[in-house]
Amino acid sequence: MARIIAGVGTSHTPAIGAAVDNGKTAEPYWAPLFAGYQPAREWMARTRPDVVIMVYNDHVNAFDFKIIPTFALGCAEDFPIADEGWGARPVPPVRGYPELAAHLVQSLVLDEFDMTIVNEMQVDHGLTVPLTLLCGTPQAWPCRVIPLAVNVIQYPAPTGHRCYMLGQAIRKAVASWHEELKVVIFGTGGMSHQIQGPRAGLVNPQFDRVFLDGLSRDPERLVRIQPLEYLRDAGAEAIELVMWLIMRGALGERVQEVYRFYHIPASSTAVGNIILESR
Amino acid sequence: MSEQPQRTARKEDLEAYEDIPGTWVFDAQRARQGYHLNEFLYSLMKDANRKEFLADEPRYTLKFKMTDAQRAAVLQRDWNKLLELGGVSYALAKLAFTDGKSYQYMASQMTGMTEKEYVDMMLKGGRSPEGWRSKAERAGKA
Repeated sequence: MARIIAGVGTSHTPAIGAAVDNGKTAEPYWAPLFAGYQPAREWMARTRPDVVIMVYNDHVNAFDFKIIPTFALGCAEDFPIADEGWGARPVPPVRGYPELAAHLVQSLVLDEFDMTIVNEMQVDHGLTVPLTLLCGTPQAWPCRVIPLAVNVIQYPAPTGHRCYMLGQAIRKAVASWHEELKVVIFGTGGMSHQIQGPRAGLVNPQFDRVFLDGLSRDPERLVRIQPLEYLRDAGAEAIELVMWLIMRGALGERVQEVYRFYHIPASSTAVGNIILESR
Repeated sequence: MSEQPQRTARKEDLEAYEDIPGTWVFDAQRARQGYHLNEFLYSLMKDANRKEFLADEPRYTLKFKMTDAQRAAVLQRDWNKLLELGGVSYALAKLAFTDGKSYQYMASQMTGMTEKEYVDMMLKGGRSPEGWRSKAERAGKA
């Protein structure tokens, strides 16, 4: 059977992708960040998952405002890279896993998570930057990817509690798939940041540390964080962190933290990375 | 799994959104007001549209059912006004990119800083939430 063996939490700041694409990773601004991700890249290369479930959000690229799905599961064979307004990132196309994605939809809907099914979708930096951070710059991505896009742009985003329960249902769904597959789930976005209005630039390292600790040791505390707390304490865009709770919910009760990295800034963002292995 | 945690009532949520200083929360009502503005911004993902817009900005904006106030804010690149009138930052970024500017430039403009001042603030650890959690806290700090 297929198994979710680990979870990765990581920011997906677009400027990180641009730094890689434009050869700036050795510049003083960026070098500490990429050095900090090196152990995560090595972990990924050792772990060699067959499939990544990528929990991320679209940034007005695949979806405009005509339709705003709260949870959208990518069921396509391939996901082209979006042109977000400055040309598509020069990264390989993303290969999906339609058979497993269809199984996830079947299982999740019967488990009362009413997923939106997406059969054609471009993917933006929310999905490609985490792949770049963990996989580097290969000719082809080393695994198949099932995108799970979450609305965190128009309030209200789904609650942390709902996200955590969705993660639990994903764990169950993956475990009932017949192939022997190693699956790693990513929760992306965050950490604390605000990128709009006179309060732009707000970050909160204390909030982020408590969040990272909670992922490791007390996730049920994190699911009780209310949307307003994210807004007030960690910035308008910190609500993206609910996506990390889908990842955490999918790991089962016991986890082992194998890596953590934290860095300010990437553009306007406090960057966090955590790797949790399911025990 | 635990019981559903207790929630704040919706009305209180909306009032609390307004209490966060320097922030326009993109909720359902603001999204409704900004729909045509955001569709205009979304159209700037296509290179042909970017060129058409830059060639005659007022004319291009007339293709979308924006309000006059939204149209004026677009032409003036009045970023905070655009947020207030329902623009969402990721869509606004497409206007900044059309101008050949960076996201950080747009953010700095929203804060009233130069781009360099803004980048320096982030390099020094960013903006602390102290004094920015509520309008009352802001008034006390100001």
